[in-house]
Amino acid sequence: MSGALTAWVEGVGLVGPGLADWPAAAQVLAGTAPYEPQRTVLPPLECLPAAERRRTGRIVRLALAAGLEATARAGADAARLPAVFSSSGGDGENCHEICQVLAGADRQISPTRFHNSVHNAASGYWGIATGATAASNALCAYDASFGAGLLEALVQIRIEETPALLIAYDADYPEPMRSVRPIPDAFAVALLLTPSARPGSLAQLTVDASEESAERLADPQLEALRTQVPAARSLPLLRRMARGERGVVVLDYMENQRLALEVSPCH
Amino acid sequence: MRPLALSAFTATSSLGRGLAATLASLEAARTGLAPCRFETVQLATHVGEVAGVDEERLPGELAEFDCRNNRLAALALRQDGFDEAVRAVARRLTPRRIGVWLGTSTSGILETELAYRRRDPGSGALPGSFRYRGAHNTFSVAAFVQRALGLEGPAVVISSACSSSAKVFASAQRAIEAGLVDAAVVGGVDSLCLTTLYGFHSLQLVARTPCRPFDAERDGLSIGEAAAFALLERPQGRTGAGAVLLLGTGESSDAWHMSAPHPEGRGAAAAMRQALEAARLEPKDIDYLNFHGTGTPSNDAAEARAVAAVLGARLPGSSTKGATGHTLGAAGALEAVICALALRHGLMPGGLNTRAIDPALGVTYLLENVHAPLRHVMSNSFGFGGSNCTLVLGSAA
Repeated sequence: MSGALTAWVEGVGLVGPGLADWPAAAQVLAGTAPYEPQRTVLPPLECLPAAERRRTGRIVRLALAAGLEATARAGADAARLPAVFSSSGGDGENCHEICQVLAGADRQISPTRFHNSVHNAASGYWGIATGATAASNALCAYDASFGAGLLEALVQIRIEETPALLIAYDADYPEPMRSVRPIPDAFAVALLLTPSARPGSLAQLTVDASEESAERLADPQLEALRTQVPAARSLPLLRRMARGERGVVVLDYMENQRLALEVSPCH
Repeated sequence: MRPLALSAFTATSSLGRGLAATLASLEAARTGLAPCRFETVQLATHVGEVAGVDEERLPGELAEFDCRNNRLAALALRQDGFDEAVRAVARRLTPRRIGVWLGTSTSGILETELAYRRRDPGSGALPGSFRYRGAHNTFSVAAFVQRALGLEGPAVVISSACSSSAKVFASAQRAIEAGLVDAAVVGGVDSLCLTTLYGFHSLQLVARTPCRPFDAERDGLSIGEAAAFALLERPQGRTGAGAVLLLGTGESSDAWHMSAPHPEGRGAAAAMRQALEAARLEPKDIDYLNFHGTGTPSNDAAEARAVAAVLGARLPGSSTKGATGHTLGAAGALEAVICALALRHGLMPGGLNTRAIDPALGVTYLLENVHAPLRHVMSNSFGFGGSNCTLVLGSAA
């Protein structure tokens, strides 16, 4: 990678198993609170009209919750932000329901199921919820989806010189897909990234390619979360930010390549 | 933005394999749409099916990626020497410096649909032969193409429904400008499956007869399949007259509805304006527009309003979906390649199947092929979730 890519983190949003939001997760990652895993609880989604809300699947509510938290913590106007959505599998529950109906005698799938089947469903509902009309991307890179989303956001920030909201999110499949893609639970992280330092900036991130191994987490349950949910490959970075530590953290990316992130806290 | 050269490109659709067959079909105004005989589908509709996809065999070392979508990708990569052109550039730049950005909407979902018919009657488990990563996952086509071409740079799939493989041009262009990579394989691959055929049917958006974009009596889209690829590089000193350049990209969101466009084409207009601005061109500089033009009443109406507002009523344009069908996640790349052929051969393809243009649309829609030198052309791609992307391509002077 020539010419390292850089941005400042202005807001973080996080929802995961036993991790209600970013402050709760930051305490766990900083080691000031114990990690007590329990099934991911999604906050109520009040920003969508009731009719739209009823149509959304769990994964859409997951992605929106993280994105709304990151923008709220930064005091940013979500309507003006370009966004990068990255997910390794999209809405597994919806996919399962469609495949089940298509395998039956009557193949009439519901129109809502069909429009929710697109990989950019979360991006679409995000626009409806926030009024954001800027570019929005919807990426998938299997287990490398967090890294791919981060690179896309950092490249956009460099070229367009505007902030960008990165939302990486994954949720579990029901059986029988769960057996072939065993993601245990829902996890999302959102980073509001800006092209220059601001008064509220939390840390500067500079990314480069790396041949080193990815950093692991000491807590076996957090380490299991990191290795089992693609979006949670971000956890070593978030741990560094939660502790306010300066230094280089290596994250898993593609099979033959890791990402090295230089983290410089702003306080 | 800094222009890039499409130093190699190719397309395979129901019009044929590779550029020569595609151009010949366009010149002959021949549609690839035919009554749907796909799999066990029982819908009264026409589809643009690529012949011979199921006969394609992936080499042993790529067997884990076997599915209709990747077979279509493999077949298309071989056409026009595209794979060899990429390998030659990889030798010059090193495989690590070449990225892969591909669009797909449904990836290898057909395999999953078929596997769900063969679940274990007791446990409900999928058959042991089912491969999630190589076939089902949305990323599988990018992983497959990267491996097949021996590339080692960043690889990603953009999956924003029907704008997917237009948006890959924008993301790859930025990545090259930012120095993340020096060249990029971009494109789109989408193949027929039950989810999209029955899904669009459930939304009552599928035409019974071959789709008739911009017709007063248009009644929906026809689904097609395609694979189209381009190799994007910085223009070299030797980029000669007639070379095709990516000049501008524009991306926006409707923030309106999941499956219907903004009625005034608000997001479409924003994408077109941005693409013009990025290309540093005026509306009058565009010689031909390849409409998104799906043939559904509301899509064509919204796009026509946006086009009339941004580019005026006199710009000649057409939708090539009457020829290829709507190839969904492959449409952006397929129509970019058709635009590249238009520039290279001075051909504005007439829209097929349309009999009487809807006078309410107020745009200039070509029903016959027109031959004229073209300098700048535009292509629109809009998708579910309100995802819009516009590309501007041009000929090197």
